[in-house]
Amino acid sequence: MHAVSKFLTSRWGPILTGIVVGVFAPLLVYFGNPGNMGICVACFNRDIAGALGFHRAATVQYIRPEIIGFVLGALVAALLFREFKPRGGSSPLIRFLLGMFAMIGALVFLGCPWRAYLRLSGGDWNAIPGILGLFAGIGLGIVFLKRGFSLGRSRPTSPVAAWVMPIFVIILLALLLIAPLFGRDADGNPVGPIFFSQTGPGSMHAPILISLAAGLLIGFLAQRSRFCTVGALRDVVLLRDMHLLNGVIALLVAAFLTNLALGQFKPGFEGQPVAHTNLLWNFGGMVLAGLAFTLAGGCPGRQVFLSGEGDADAAIFVFGMLAGAGIAHTFSLASSPAGPGAYGPAAVVIGLVVLSIIGLTMRETRSA
Amino acid sequence: MSAMKTLDVRGLSCPEPAMLTREALIELGKGTLVVLTDSATSRNNIERTGKLAGWSVEITQDDEQTYRIKLTK
Repeated sequence: MHAVSKFLTSRWGPILTGIVVGVFAPLLVYFGNPGNMGICVACFNRDIAGALGFHRAATVQYIRPEIIGFVLGALVAALLFREFKPRGGSSPLIRFLLGMFAMIGALVFLGCPWRAYLRLSGGDWNAIPGILGLFAGIGLGIVFLKRGFSLGRSRPTSPVAAWVMPIFVIILLALLLIAPLFGRDADGNPVGPIFFSQTGPGSMHAPILISLAAGLLIGFLAQRSRFCTVGALRDVVLLRDMHLLNGVIALLVAAFLTNLALGQFKPGFEGQPVAHTNLLWNFGGMVLAGLAFTLAGGCPGRQVFLSGEGDADAAIFVFGMLAGAGIAHTFSLASSPAGPGAYGPAAVVIGLVVLSIIGLTMRETRSA
Repeated sequence: MSAMKTLDVRGLSCPEPAMLTREALIELGKGTLVVLTDSATSRNNIERTGKLAGWSVEITQDDEQTYRIKLTK
């Protein structure tokens, strides 16, 4: 066990995690997940928000087992290697806001950083302005960090707080398996408590066991290796450290080869699955998301993994993402294959203003 | 006597622990830097940051919560 852990915390850890994500994501598409969406932490949280009735977009409602697996896989790894540490109290409300705006930005682009790289590996060239936007957002975040931005220190806290997220996803798993139904309205539509898409991306999914197993494996590996798609670029710029970037490169290469092998590599701009071709807002959405992730300390995947190892602040960020998904779909902010939502661009601008205020004003006396 | 500094990064989010360590190492140039952290992730990041900059790294544990990382050059 010690040797496994040592390997995963070595320079090979992020690389192995990247390869596993890069192979499993296209496989999940092969088994039924939406195109170029084998894994998308933003889209999947959006689908969960929809399943819980936090938004009414009927095509994107499903309890994604991958997210449940991420949390529980990270929980098992953290418990096994004595890294499960209840902690919290580092600007929770601001983290909630960051999660909200990260989700809004990601839904203007139609994907989180993971999906941006997966879309690129599937030949969706619309991902390129998205990834450039992500780089710009991370760059902006680094400027704030260099100026002294900090959300302040977390403190050790009660184990109760640390168990909220693992228990939340276990309840989600139960809801997925039991699929309770309280009745139907006059038109025959379910009235709740949960909703599953009958058409659209939410109706497309791999078998539950395969999704859950892939999520558990990735959650376990990523907790050990600290795999992070935002830290990847941030650390190269800020610390001249390639450690995490190697993982993203491994993901890209593995996903490209797997897509090629499965006949899923379809290069072009037009007709890409769950994507739009608006260059400006593919870019703009990801500037907002990239900035939010950088200020919060990691990509959405990393936030989910941290929420499984006792970090209550990361859990608040994830709940912020669920709220953001609700807002994005009820206020017509989220994009569709037809293009940006009516108020998506305005929301990105407002988000950038709010996050810049946060970036410029939040500080901590950090010296010893 | 060579320069010595202590840095407490307990509770700070990524990338602050490694970033502050790097800044402190550059400022010191030579000597000893002791960094306190309560996160295994930060411990690994600080160790890597130190080694990348050519410092030797020694890690001990004060208690269940605190790692003490001594960087020397």
